Amino acid sequence: MKVTTYIPPKAEDFAFTPENLDKAKGYVARYPEGRQASAVIWLLYLAQEQNGGWLSVPAIEYVASFLGMAPIRVHEVVSFYTMFNTQPVGRHQIQICRTTSCWLRGSDEISKACLEEAGTSRFGELSEDGAFSVVEVECLGACCNAPMFQVNDRDYYEDLTPEKAKEIMRALRKGETPAAGSQQGRVSSEPEGGLTTLTEVQGGA
Amino acid sequence: MLQDKDRVFLNLYGLEDWRLDGARKRGIWSNTKDLVALGRDKIIEEIKESELRGRGGAGFPAGLKWSFMPKENDGRPHYLVVNADESEPGSCKDREIMRNDPHMLLEGCVIAGFAMGAHKAYIYIRGEYWLPTQRLEAAIAEAREAGLLGPDACGSGWAFDIEVSRGAGAYICGEETALLESLEGKKGQPRLKPPFPAAVGVWGCPTTVTNVETVAVSPTILRRGAAWWKGLGRPKNTGTKIFSISGHVNRPCNVEEEMGIPLRELIDKHAGGVRGGWDNLQAVIPGGSSVPCLPKTICDDVLMDFDSLREAQSGLGTAAVIVIDQSADIVEAIQRFSHFYMHESCGQCTPCREGTGWMYRVMSRMMKGQAEVEEIDTLLDVTKQVEGHTICALGDAAAWPIQGLIRHFRPELERRIAEYKAGRTPVAAE
Repeated sequence: MKVTTYIPPKAEDFAFTPENLDKAKGYVARYPEGRQASAVIWLLYLAQEQNGGWLSVPAIEYVASFLGMAPIRVHEVVSFYTMFNTQPVGRHQIQICRTTSCWLRGSDEISKACLEEAGTSRFGELSEDGAFSVVEVECLGACCNAPMFQVNDRDYYEDLTPEKAKEIMRALRKGETPAAGSQQGRVSSEPEGGLTTLTEVQGGA
Repeated sequence: MLQDKDRVFLNLYGLEDWRLDGARKRGIWSNTKDLVALGRDKIIEEIKESELRGRGGAGFPAGLKWSFMPKENDGRPHYLVVNADESEPGSCKDREIMRNDPHMLLEGCVIAGFAMGAHKAYIYIRGEYWLPTQRLEAAIAEAREAGLLGPDACGSGWAFDIEVSRGAGAYICGEETALLESLEGKKGQPRLKPPFPAAVGVWGCPTTVTNVETVAVSPTILRRGAAWWKGLGRPKNTGTKIFSISGHVNRPCNVEEEMGIPLRELIDKHAGGVRGGWDNLQAVIPGGSSVPCLPKTICDDVLMDFDSLREAQSGLGTAAVIVIDQSADIVEAIQRFSHFYMHESCGQCTPCREGTGWMYRVMSRMMKGQAEVEEIDTLLDVTKQVEGHTICALGDAAAWPIQGLIRHFRPELERRIAEYKAGRTPVAAE
């Protein structure tokens, strides 16, 4: 269960940029008429991105009024799903998978390395330069490429070592976009060092 | 061992083009129109005949599930909902299907959707899967452009379209009714059943929720025939399956193999064997976090399918094989799952909401030996009080790994308790 605290609203306003407004309308159109509430998760992602990685109360309540939902229904959604942040996070939120498959392959060392690189002492703490917050999350579904972390709600960095993890963070801090995926040179989750299947059909081509 | 000519997922590793052109080269979308022309009854009959069982974990016969949808339309639209909320720890197969061969899933949606009388499918994908979401959306755009989706999907005369819907980080949304709640824009808390989704599903309409892999294999079964599919595997456990092998193996990987392959052969042939050799094996969790672990003695000759693993008091689940060698702390491996379930309990039912936290705290003490020997039985008793007393199966899933641990590793728990009492700091058996 995700435990959250209520942050009282501040005065500032929130509204979608024209670009996000178009996107939002597109998401609403995916669902039958009158079922626009179904688009709430999509819209919250848009709002979160526009708001710098977290959802302020005005942002949440803007989404509610956009969809004609009672604000409490949207607050419920935000507090239920772990990918919505209700407090500011680093520009790059490093989310390290801690569940058994990753743990067996050394996720504890990855966590340690990431905290070190961020210069923070505990999970969730914002680094001094605002570049990072490091958290541990539950299974991200890349178990054959363990250990791994996700940056914000986007890229997976897989097959990590503590050194690789630090390297990626250093690149991110410099504003670079390091190549996502396996850091060991695997294309996806094929066995390293040579295929054991799909050798006769060449992927059917 | 399964031969390449019998493999269904030809681009499992993404070594080939995932776009429409590449997909067509692999035979996807080649005769979808003819498959639809078989008609609803024939498609469902063929899937029933193939004995395909759902790939999402429960192993429910797929054809039977599809047949639950009302035959006559009462005015409410029918929906196919694809469960792409792959969150079971250990499982990472649907991700590969969706990012490396998204068109397989889309073609499967047309077939399965038609068989259910649905004109619309929603693919509910977990929020963390950003790349697979991008690929699916691009593939849907390509398919619409090519007339494979739309008012006359594949020239079949059947209107069909697909939308992607994104989750936001909640394991529970992999439970079908929680998924439907989430799709409606609510918290993902499971619904009581009945009514079942086939009667009252998303937005009150008849709905069938089915796993990515199940949908993706169905066109191939229809093309090659139920007899071919049944010829693979064992009776009632037919066909091929993607196994996700993770943990202490030399080469972790996803691999498509025949159902019923011996566990040892699976690990040795495809994953480069257990780290440090087979004798270094401590335990295997054969079907993702929700199933009880198996000690080495059972792993030596157990077969990987629904019924064999059930006989071994475990389960195939999502076929996520987590390998644990002698160097690892088996109690912490399970304690991590307890933490997972505590974190993921939706909070609706008391036995699960309170029980998962309680079990985690006791497991954390057990890890250090900071407990009384009698508490092992208390813990076991509590798992039985959670199991079967909740709306959905998350309570069961939280209970089973602990039951498996106590069943097979009770002496290890007792050893730690004795060491702690003797004033020593117990360490994992090396």
